[in-house]
Amino acid sequence: MTKTFRLDGREIPFKEGQTIIEAAAAAGVYIPHLCHHPEFKPHGSCKLCTVNIGGRLGAACTNHAAEGMAVESETEALNADRRALTQMLFVEGNHFCPSCEKSGNCQLQAVAYHLGMMTPHFPHFYPARDIDASHPDVLLERNRCILCELCVRASRDADGKNVFGIGGRGIRARLIVNSASGRLAETNMSVTDRAAEVCPTGAIIRKRHGFTVPIGQRLYDHHDIATQLPLPARRGEGRGEG
Amino acid sequence: MTKLKVATCSLAGCFGCHMSLLDIDEKLFDLVQAVEFDRSPITDIKHCGPCDIGIVEGGVCNAENVHVLKEFRRNCRILVAIGACAITGGIPAMRNNVDLWDCFQEVYHYGIGLENGQIPNDPELPLPFDKVHPINEVVRIDYFLPGCPPPADAIWKFLTDLAAGREPKLDYDMLHYD
Repeated sequence: MTKTFRLDGREIPFKEGQTIIEAAAAAGVYIPHLCHHPEFKPHGSCKLCTVNIGGRLGAACTNHAAEGMAVESETEALNADRRALTQMLFVEGNHFCPSCEKSGNCQLQAVAYHLGMMTPHFPHFYPARDIDASHPDVLLERNRCILCELCVRASRDADGKNVFGIGGRGIRARLIVNSASGRLAETNMSVTDRAAEVCPTGAIIRKRHGFTVPIGQRLYDHHDIATQLPLPARRGEGRGEG
Repeated sequence: MTKLKVATCSLAGCFGCHMSLLDIDEKLFDLVQAVEFDRSPITDIKHCGPCDIGIVEGGVCNAENVHVLKEFRRNCRILVAIGACAITGGIPAMRNNVDLWDCFQEVYHYGIGLENGQIPNDPELPLPFDKVHPINEVVRIDYFLPGCPPPADAIWKFLTDLAAGREPKLDYDMLHYD
C-alpha cells in the first residue's frame, strides 16, 4: 500500500526517502521555494518552504515525508513569514526589476507576486556589489544574487567544474569564482553548463539572450509560479551522488 | 455626491506613472465625475490642501522631494506610493553606489558632446542627496501600487477600490514590478 502524509488536510502519497516538497510537487501541490531545485541536493537556506510539521517548523526541502505526519503549508502565518523573508531578500540586494533582463522569468519576483508582495517594506541596503562581465558568454551580476547556491551545486554536481563558491560570512557573504583572478573568464565555465541556466534570479545570465522573449510574454508575467511546477519526470535526474 | 479630493505628484520619477494614469482613456470621464484634483501636474496647483487620497510617484533624491512628500503626508488622509521608484527607489536609486560627485562629473563634464560643462550651483536648486530612497523611508505610506509603470487598469482598479472604501486588491495580471 502507498504511504501517505497529510498536507493542509490533503492525503499526499510519497516514496521512501522523498522530501515533503518533492512529494508535494509530485502530487501537484506547490510550496513556495527559491533554493530548492528538484535536480539538485537540498540546501535548506532560503527558508521559504518552511512548513509546520506536527507543531514544529521545518524546511519542506530538507525534511523527509513520513507515514501519517500532518503538515501545514498554506496558512496565513506561514505565508506572512514567507512574504517577510522575500522582502528581506529584496532589500538585501539591488533588485531593480524595471532594468533587469530576467524580469518576468525571475523566480524571486514570481514568488513575490505569488505572495502578493506590494512593497519590500524594510529599509533598502543598496549594497555595493561587483559585476563580472569578463566571460564572453555569461554575465555575473552579483547585485541580484540571493546566495541560494544553485549555481554552486550545479557547477559542482552536474557540470563537474566547481566554478562557484560562497565567500565571507553573514551580510558579507558573496558569490565567488574559482580562479586565480576571481574572474569568470579564467574558468572553464561554458554557456551550455547547467550552472549558466539554473540561477533563479538575474545573477547569472547568458549574454545576448536578455530580451529574446519580450517583457509581457514571459513565464510568470500572466501565470502564477504555483501553476508552473517543474515536471515530475525530471526529479532525480542528474542529481549528484554522495 | 461629494467628490473625493485627490492630489498627485512626481518626485524622483519620470512621470511615467502619471502617463499610465492618463492611459485609463475614456474612464477619465468617470474619474472626473468622482474625483476633484488638488495639487497635481494635471491642475498645476502648486501646494497640496486637505485631500482624501494623495498619490506619490518617484523616490526621494533631494531636499525639495522631502518637503513635498511631507506636505502630502500632512494633508492626505490616504497616501499611496505608486510605481517602482516610490516603492524601491527604482532606476534613480541605481546611482546609490556611485559617488555623487562622480555622477555630476560624468553628467556635466565628461558626457559625450559636452564642452566647458559646468556643474549647476544655483541656490534655488534643491540640495541633492547622496542616495535615493523609497518614500516609505521618509513618511508613513498607507498603500503601495507597484509597476514601472503600473498598468492603467491596475491604477483604475486600485483607485475605484479605495474610493469605494474597499481594501485595494489586484488580480495576478495587474501586479508587476517591471
